[in-house]
Amino acid sequence: MMAQAAQQTQPDTPGREAEDYVLVADGISKQFGGFKAVDTVTLKVRRGSIHALIGPNGAGKTTCFNLLTKTLSLTSGSIVLNGRDISHLTSSQVARCGLVRSFQISAIFPKMTVLENMRVALQRKAGRSYRFWQPLSTIASLDAEAKHLLSRVQLADSHDTLAGTLSYGKKRALEIVTTLALNPEVMLLDEPTAGMGHEDIEPITELIRDSAKGRTVLMVEHNMSIVAGICDRITVLQHGKTLAEGSYEAISADERVISAYIGGNA
Amino acid sequence: MRSSLIMAALVVLALAAPFAVYPVLLMTILCFALFAASFNLLLGYVGLLSFGHAMFFGGGAYITGYLVRDLKWPMELGLVGAVVVALIAGLFLGTIAIRRQGIYFAMITLAFSQMIYFIFLQAPFTGGENGLQGIPRTPLLGILPVETAFSFYYAVLVAVGLGLLLIYRIVYSPFGELLRAIRDNAVRVDSLGFDVNRHKILAFTLSAALAAFAGGLKALVFQFAPLADVSWTVSGEVILMTLLGGLGTFSGPLFGAAIIILLNDTLSSAGEWALVLQGVIFLIVLVFFRTGFVGLLSRTKIIKLV
Repeated sequence: MMAQAAQQTQPDTPGREAEDYVLVADGISKQFGGFKAVDTVTLKVRRGSIHALIGPNGAGKTTCFNLLTKTLSLTSGSIVLNGRDISHLTSSQVARCGLVRSFQISAIFPKMTVLENMRVALQRKAGRSYRFWQPLSTIASLDAEAKHLLSRVQLADSHDTLAGTLSYGKKRALEIVTTLALNPEVMLLDEPTAGMGHEDIEPITELIRDSAKGRTVLMVEHNMSIVAGICDRITVLQHGKTLAEGSYEAISADERVISAYIGGNA
Repeated sequence: MRSSLIMAALVVLALAAPFAVYPVLLMTILCFALFAASFNLLLGYVGLLSFGHAMFFGGGAYITGYLVRDLKWPMELGLVGAVVVALIAGLFLGTIAIRRQGIYFAMITLAFSQMIYFIFLQAPFTGGENGLQGIPRTPLLGILPVETAFSFYYAVLVAVGLGLLLIYRIVYSPFGELLRAIRDNAVRVDSLGFDVNRHKILAFTLSAALAAFAGGLKALVFQFAPLADVSWTVSGEVILMTLLGGLGTFSGPLFGAAIIILLNDTLSSAGEWALVLQGVIFLIVLVFFRTGFVGLLSRTKIIKLV
């Protein structure tokens, strides 16, 4: 097991060095006490790609995500977004730099209406969130964009519904569309289809494919048919380390990956 | 249409009230209503439980009293002074307290309020245990005499009305919408790129200033700033008023303040039993009517309150 883990792949072949990477994590690690959840992982995400982060349970995918968005602080390593070192920024600063995430548990504002949920996100760029002396009508101009975005996920007829009362699938859709409202350069999706029924998966997959136009998407995903269907590049993590990286075809033929998934702990 | 009729009726009622009810009692209700509404701005709309809000309320009373009595400022400037001091203190204390959440935030605010209690107990101008007494009521705007409780009532009514309007504006502003989002899911607000702590600090500072304004008004009503107003019991009482009236509703704290003040007034002859009854009512409301008085009223469908 140890030998296998140490046998890290170098994701880049020399000919690809000139490629345009929007997000580069260089040897990032996270240690919780004596346990290394993420161990010197190097991840390069190409601009405009849909990049998947996969691996067995406990491989460190979500921790990796939390490091990239600075929800957790790095033990070591560095993260560069668009040529700018973001290793020491706070999570909200990272979001303002254009790297915005969604969460595994639907992160919405349950006691606010669907339209208000959208308006909160749109307020970020409007930059009026400290204006306590102005009436809400001053941000009514955001409603048109909010409604337009909601119509993309079949939430157009739920504007005044309390977000907490939406069905599970619609909550996930609302969260993704809230993330989209910020028009982020890089969008990180943590298991966007987790816990969803078949009928909900297809529209969400379509939404991800559609929203990836003009931006980069990095996602953690367990559903291999989605990964095969929409992802350009895949990084496989195991025991907090990079196991393999490549296209779906290359990954699915990789023996180390197969053994990690089938008899990985042998 | 219906709501504007209700508003008009309320205004008429407020204007006519001192003809039927003792004006000092009415003014006490008004001051505590504003205090509870400022507290609700934090607990109801941001989800921050301050357990030391009496420091701003009682502190505002002392500062106003000191400026008007000892420095001979007109009372309007005395109130402005209290608000300015509370803005600075709120910004400073809020910046420290906001670093912790939940029970730790509550405990930090309690610790601050205990410190401030002892500062006011020991400071040379406060009169120690006796409180700051003999605050003169200067003529309103330098010309209108407001010596009598009856005439001063209208000045207090306008002042509290303006304070409540400001709170209404804050709650239904772009900032207020952000505050509700923070209350619902602060982690998500952060991940969208907002500075959550800065929004919380601004809310804390505004709440502190409004509480000090309410406290300063109360000092002018009684011409007296008592030590009790900075004590933790008043911090507890404002929590009671807010929960009893209806947390996170605009009118809830106003009803809550009125209920508690009227209850204390009617039961004052019963001595300690007043507190026991207060406790019983509080328990009944928390166990059976979690949405408070306003929630109960809304359930009857006769009137829908915000």
